[in-house]
Amino acid sequence: MSRKSILGASFALLIASASFMAGPAAAATDAAAVLNHYAALAHAKYEDSLNTAKALDAAIDALIATPSDETLKAARAAWIKARVPYQQSEVYRFGNAVVDDWEGKVNAWPLDEGLIDYVDASYGTESDENALFVANVIANPKLKINGKDVDATKITPEFLSETLHEAGEIEANVATGYHAIEFLLWGQDLNGTGPGAGNRAYTDFDTKNCTNGHCDRRAAYLKAASTLLVSDLQEMVTAWAPDGEATKTVTADPKAGISAILTGMGSLSYGELAGERMKLGVLLHDPEEEHDCFSDNTHASHLNDAVGIASAYTGEYTRADGTKMTGPSLSELVAAKDAALDAEMKAKLAKTLDAMNAMAKRAETVEAYDQMIGEGNAEGNATVQAAIDGLIDQTKTIERVIASLDLGTIELEGSDSLDNPNAVFQ
Amino acid sequence: MARTPITMSRMTARIPRHLLLATGLSFAALGAALADDAIRRTDLSPKDLKRVETVTNPTRDFSKAEPFERMQGGAATSTQPVNGDAFSHFSSNITFSEEETFKLGNALFRKFWVSSPSSTQASDGLGPLFNARACQSCHLKDGRGHPPEGAADSTSMFLRLARPARTEDERQVIAELKTANFPDPTYGGQLQDLAVPGLAAEGRMVITYTEEPVTLAGGETVSLRRPHYSVADLAYGPLAPDTTLSPRIATPMIGMGLIQAITDADILARADPEDRDGDGISGRGARARDHRTGELKLGRFGWKAQNASVRDQSSSAFKGDIGISTPDAPHPFGDCTEAEAKCLAMPTGVQKRLGDTEAPDPVLDLVTFYSENLAPPARRGIDDPAVLKGKSIFYASGCVACHAPKFVTSRKAENKAHRFQLIWPYSDFLLHDMGEGLADGQEVGDASGREWRTQPLWGIGLTERVNGHTFFLHDGRARNLTEAILWHGGEAQAARDTFTGLAVDDRKALIAFLESL
Repeated sequence: MSRKSILGASFALLIASASFMAGPAAAATDAAAVLNHYAALAHAKYEDSLNTAKALDAAIDALIATPSDETLKAARAAWIKARVPYQQSEVYRFGNAVVDDWEGKVNAWPLDEGLIDYVDASYGTESDENALFVANVIANPKLKINGKDVDATKITPEFLSETLHEAGEIEANVATGYHAIEFLLWGQDLNGTGPGAGNRAYTDFDTKNCTNGHCDRRAAYLKAASTLLVSDLQEMVTAWAPDGEATKTVTADPKAGISAILTGMGSLSYGELAGERMKLGVLLHDPEEEHDCFSDNTHASHLNDAVGIASAYTGEYTRADGTKMTGPSLSELVAAKDAALDAEMKAKLAKTLDAMNAMAKRAETVEAYDQMIGEGNAEGNATVQAAIDGLIDQTKTIERVIASLDLGTIELEGSDSLDNPNAVFQ
Repeated sequence: MARTPITMSRMTARIPRHLLLATGLSFAALGAALADDAIRRTDLSPKDLKRVETVTNPTRDFSKAEPFERMQGGAATSTQPVNGDAFSHFSSNITFSEEETFKLGNALFRKFWVSSPSSTQASDGLGPLFNARACQSCHLKDGRGHPPEGAADSTSMFLRLARPARTEDERQVIAELKTANFPDPTYGGQLQDLAVPGLAAEGRMVITYTEEPVTLAGGETVSLRRPHYSVADLAYGPLAPDTTLSPRIATPMIGMGLIQAITDADILARADPEDRDGDGISGRGARARDHRTGELKLGRFGWKAQNASVRDQSSSAFKGDIGISTPDAPHPFGDCTEAEAKCLAMPTGVQKRLGDTEAPDPVLDLVTFYSENLAPPARRGIDDPAVLKGKSIFYASGCVACHAPKFVTSRKAENKAHRFQLIWPYSDFLLHDMGEGLADGQEVGDASGREWRTQPLWGIGLTERVNGHTFFLHDGRARNLTEAILWHGGEAQAARDTFTGLAVDDRKALIAFLESL
């Protein structure tokens, strides 16, 4: 979709919000305006993700055409840039089934990199039920999946998404998405909790001067993965267009829609980000427990997740080109009912962002995220912990917001009505 | 009776005298609290009790779906879109903070443990002998394992090893459930086909099949494959001559916290060990020792109902399958035996400063919570005429005598999300003699070599969607639901024979019903 139609959508929203601001509009109308804007922001975030992914795809073309330090660096920079809007969109998970159903294709993590390419001997070759643990598709045009011969002579987007991704029903067999591309651009980070990211040489893609073998197949894999990323993101842009499936679903029922916003905020804050992506790493002091582990970009991914969570509440988003979007927000909806609660929510979101920014600053100036979670690094651990604490604390207020808006009962308990197929015995 | 299970005659209000005699010792050990809870529900008001009785009564109306039937895990049911992740969603009714616990558990569930010593000291301790490096390696997509297909194959199945009691003293040890059975003196409780570098794996499971045709009404022929098991490449000498091999595939992970929340009374009310009602179906409760307290409890998890709790099932798997010690099973050498001296000489992953075990607290707590909160998926097509027809046949054929449709969980369940939920697992969680065809000849506690716990059926229709196969039964010998039904024998022989006599359309309808679960 072009920028022009986005402006059109925003204009429509202005009208909606004008009536919302002006009249004694019913609460349902307010919620509808909030949801329309929520969907417009989703569209903008996925469109920015798509455009930055296209730039990444172009940079990958350049790397493959003329492999050099410069073209590799440019591709890495494009990847880092592409992560910004995508991570800010993650708050649309956990409440929107359309997004949940799709997400695993683009951001699945962690991955067993041995499936894709050569790995260091220290990676281990202990075989396992995951027979594809060190399958190394790039080096092996023929492999077996579940005892069946698979022809990997041609590495195409379809081969990655249909055959290789989650091969053998093993979730670690991640073949597609940002992290597969990240691994190919950076290579393994063999520095443990010491300084340094992955350090793949551009010659891994240089068919004339090839290092580590199979440079043509490695390039083909990288190109297939970036092509797939672009088409997958296009799917989400379409879904969040004004008449797209995701937009229609979330705007269909104001109460359920508002509930979806808050579910996404709460689930991403607490279980996903504070828990799985951050606390586990601090708990185990394991550098493998790092979200962007090849590129050492984890700090930025976490920060942008937090920015996205705040955005879902405030209705504000700064686009990749710097344009600022604002509109009817959940914050206004809460303020109308309980101004103190709205102030508390905003304060807590801001506090988390402060902690996240401090963590990101430390990553850029002192030590990388995987060093911060290292054992015995009290200051680094504490920096990460402060962000975790902020996320957990803000979720408590999210729960209070849910209670205050009287939304809690819809999804969790259902009604006794026999007409409702989701009814449960109580 | 040679063994002494917890048993209850159907619908009795007090413990029958003959059972008190037969199980005197075990009941004394169970203590008054469980004995009381085993007789009647103590968690409900009289009014609730009435409601529960009404709602759990088997339906007689197959013209339409029952109320609440779609949500087969009650409020915990997942209504997420049906895809390959259908078994991987958390209970819909847990809190944000519990979601965190779930996700930390999930991360540990899929974590690849590494051999010691390693730079990541919190993640090492694998083996020395093991079947898998991660929970998820066998519980693929939180679903069902499968037998090997082809030579270079990923597997999610192993052989349990045990020998029967040899002396009267040993028989007494099992009768008192001091142990569930006796491991092979050399290879231990299961055959680990993998080992850390520098150590030989124990051996390799070998399966061969012979095809046996069965003819159904209408002339359709189905071929059943009868498996034969042996072990090749034994690295530590022969197995004991009386060691039996019991193949087991990994079971689906859904709904286990809800199963745990079913009251003992509701399960034991269906037991009928003497078959007093003469329907040819007995059903016995299996006793199991709580790993931490040693108390006798009602077993309900595992193919032989050998564990009373999800936590016990999990610590057993950490120890036997991955070789990781936990506070509940603190042996860092996993299943190594004295006869495997080289195994016992390998480094372990215990780091004193982190705790006394390779997976110190809170690892087991987190994995347990995760395992208790994988949501059963909502049913599909409950109003479909073929599904309703199949359901009526399922009831009329006697399948529900063991595959009990519904329970209402305890109001006293530990986790709020599991309390007072109407659930539809289609199992009675009792032991049944399944006949010679399915017998593995291996006793486990109260379970004889012919007995198996009734498998829950919820989610079974999504097996292909989630796991890409339709291998069923304890060793995956059945290649589809029809074959699985045809393998039923023993107490289920009559129901199985009814199935073979059904008209083709009726058989199809029955399968359509199962696939809607």
